[in-house]
Amino acid sequence: MSDMTHTAAKPRAERSATASMTYAIFLTAGLILLVLAPLFFYPIFLMKLLCFALFACAFNLLLGYTGLLSFGHATFFGGAAYFTAHVVKEWGFPPELGVLTGVVGAALLGLVMGYVAIRRQGIYFAMITLALSQMFFFFCLQAEFTEGEDGIQSVPRGHLFGFIDLSQSTNMYYFVLAVFLIGMVIIWRFINSPFGMILKSIRENEARATSLGYSVARYKLGAFVMSAALAGLAGGVKALVFQFATLTDVAWQMSGEVILMTLLGGIGTLIGPIFGAGLVVTLQNYLATSDFPVTIITGVVFMVCVLLFRRGIIGEFYASRLGRKLGFEHRR
Amino acid sequence: MAVSATATHEEPRVVLSARGLTKHFGAFAAVKNVDLDVEHARVHALIGPNGAGKTTVFNLLTKFLQPTAGSITLLGTDITKTAPDKVARMGLVRSFQISAVFPHLTVLDNVRVALQRPNGLATQFWLPMSSLDRLNARADELIEAVGLKRERDALAADLSYGRKRVLEIATTLALDPKVLLLDEPMAGMGQEDIGTVSNIIREVAKTRAVLMVEHNLSVVADICHHVTVLQRGEILAEGDYATVSQDERVRLAYMGSEDA
Repeated sequence: MSDMTHTAAKPRAERSATASMTYAIFLTAGLILLVLAPLFFYPIFLMKLLCFALFACAFNLLLGYTGLLSFGHATFFGGAAYFTAHVVKEWGFPPELGVLTGVVGAALLGLVMGYVAIRRQGIYFAMITLALSQMFFFFCLQAEFTEGEDGIQSVPRGHLFGFIDLSQSTNMYYFVLAVFLIGMVIIWRFINSPFGMILKSIRENEARATSLGYSVARYKLGAFVMSAALAGLAGGVKALVFQFATLTDVAWQMSGEVILMTLLGGIGTLIGPIFGAGLVVTLQNYLATSDFPVTIITGVVFMVCVLLFRRGIIGEFYASRLGRKLGFEHRR
Repeated sequence: MAVSATATHEEPRVVLSARGLTKHFGAFAAVKNVDLDVEHARVHALIGPNGAGKTTVFNLLTKFLQPTAGSITLLGTDITKTAPDKVARMGLVRSFQISAVFPHLTVLDNVRVALQRPNGLATQFWLPMSSLDRLNARADELIEAVGLKRERDALAADLSYGRKRVLEIATTLALDPKVLLLDEPMAGMGQEDIGTVSNIIREVAKTRAVLMVEHNLSVVADICHHVTVLQRGEILAEGDYATVSQDERVRLAYMGSEDA
C-alpha cells in the first residue's frame, strides 16, 4: 500500500513488498473469477451479490475508516433505488443517467442526515441516523412517486449509452461488474488520499486532530456523504437489476443487514465486506426455498462470528499466521 | 515584567491574554478570576500543585472548554467564543498532558498530517498518497530539528514516552504557531530528553510565545522568563522565578521543602 512506501526499516519494507506481490496475485485471481463467474452461476444472483458487496463496502468506508456506526444506510441504498427506478421508468432516462440520479439523490440525503447527526457520538449517532431513516421510510410509504406498498414495478433496464442492451443478462452482469469495480476503486482512492490520511488521524486521536486545526465534523461529514453516495450507487444499480424498487430497501432491517455483512467480513478491511455480503446473500438465497427461517440462520452465524471471529472473516485471515506470512497486516 | 538574562533581540509584547477567566463545573469552581498575559519571545510557566486548575486554564485558553466568565484575546482578536479548531488556525496551538500523537502512523506521517492543512493538501480525496511527498522536505527538517531522524519511519506507538513528547513538539511546530501551549512537556522524560526539549523550547521561544505547565522546577528555573503560580484555581503569585520561589505562600503551598 502506498502509505508504506516510505518505510525504510527493513522488515517492514520486506513485508510490504511481499504484501504488494500477494495483493497483485489475489487481485488478478479475483478479477478473473468475477469475469468468468456468469458461466457457473445464475447472473441475477451474482448481480445481487455485487450490489450488496458494494453497499457493504460503502458502509465500511464510514464504520471502518471513519469510526461512525450509522443505522440508517438503508435510506441511501433504498432511496437511490427509488430515484433511479422513477426517472428511468417515468421520465425515460437512460440507465447511466438513472444510476447517476440515484447517486446524487443519495448524496443529498447523506448531506442532510450527516449534517444533523455528525456532532453526536456512538450510540447517539446511531440512534439519530435510525430515527431519520425511519422518517424517510414513512415518507416513502406515503409519497406518491414510490407507489406505496406496491413499489415501482417493471422498471426497464434500457440501453447503456444508447447501444448496449441491458435486458440481456450477460450485458447487465458486466455493467454491474464495471460499476462495482469503479466503486471499489473510488473507495480505495478515497482511503489512500490526503483526505483519507486526515480521516485516519481523526480516528487515531480526535482531540489532537482538532488541536492541529482540523474541523473534525467537516471531515466526518465528507466521509458520510461519500459513503451515502456509494451506497446510492449500489442501490441505483440494484433497482435496474431487479427492475423494481420497494419498501424493503429502505426498511431498517436493510440497515441492520449491511452492518451484519460488514462485521462478518471484517471492519476496516477493504475487501472484507465483499465476503460478508457474499455469505449473507448466499445464505439467504439457498435458505429462501427451505422451510427453515433465514433470520434464525443468519442470527446464529452472526453470534458465532462475534464470539469466535471478532475481526471478521477477512480480518481473521489477515491476522492469522498464513495471512501474515503472505504479508498482510491487520491494523485496528 | 521580568526580563531575564536570556533576553533576545525580539521585543516582548502581549499576544495572548485572559481577563477574569472563570470556570465552574457544577458548584465547583475549577478556575477563579484568572488574569494572564503571555508575551511574544518569552517562556511563561504555569505552575501549582495537583488540582490547581492548570490544565483547565489550558483547555479554556485553547477553547476545548468554554469559560463560565471572563474573556480571552489572541493577537488582538477576542476568541472567547471561537471554536477550538479555528483558534488553532489563528496560531494558538497546544500539546496535551497525555502524549498526543497518532500512534499507528509513522513519525514522518505524524508530522505530515500537521503540515497537510497549512499546505492546502487536506481535502483532496481524489489524489494519491504520493501527492503528500512534497511535504517530505519540510517534515524532515522538523524531524531533524527535534532529533528524531533515526526514528523517522518507526510507528509513533513504538517510540519511548519521551520521544513521543518530542514528536508531539515537532508536529506542533509544523503549524508554525504564534503561541505555543505545552502541557507538561517534560513529564515522564529521561534526563537526556529533558535537555533536548529544553533547548528546543528555548530556541522556539525566540520567535514565538510559549506558555507551559511544568512540574520540573529546575526546568522552570532554567528556561522560563515568567512564572504564574496557581492554587485552587486562583493566582497565588507571579513574577520571575527568583521572586516567586522566595514567596512564603508559594513555598508553603507548592514547593514545600524543595529548594530552588
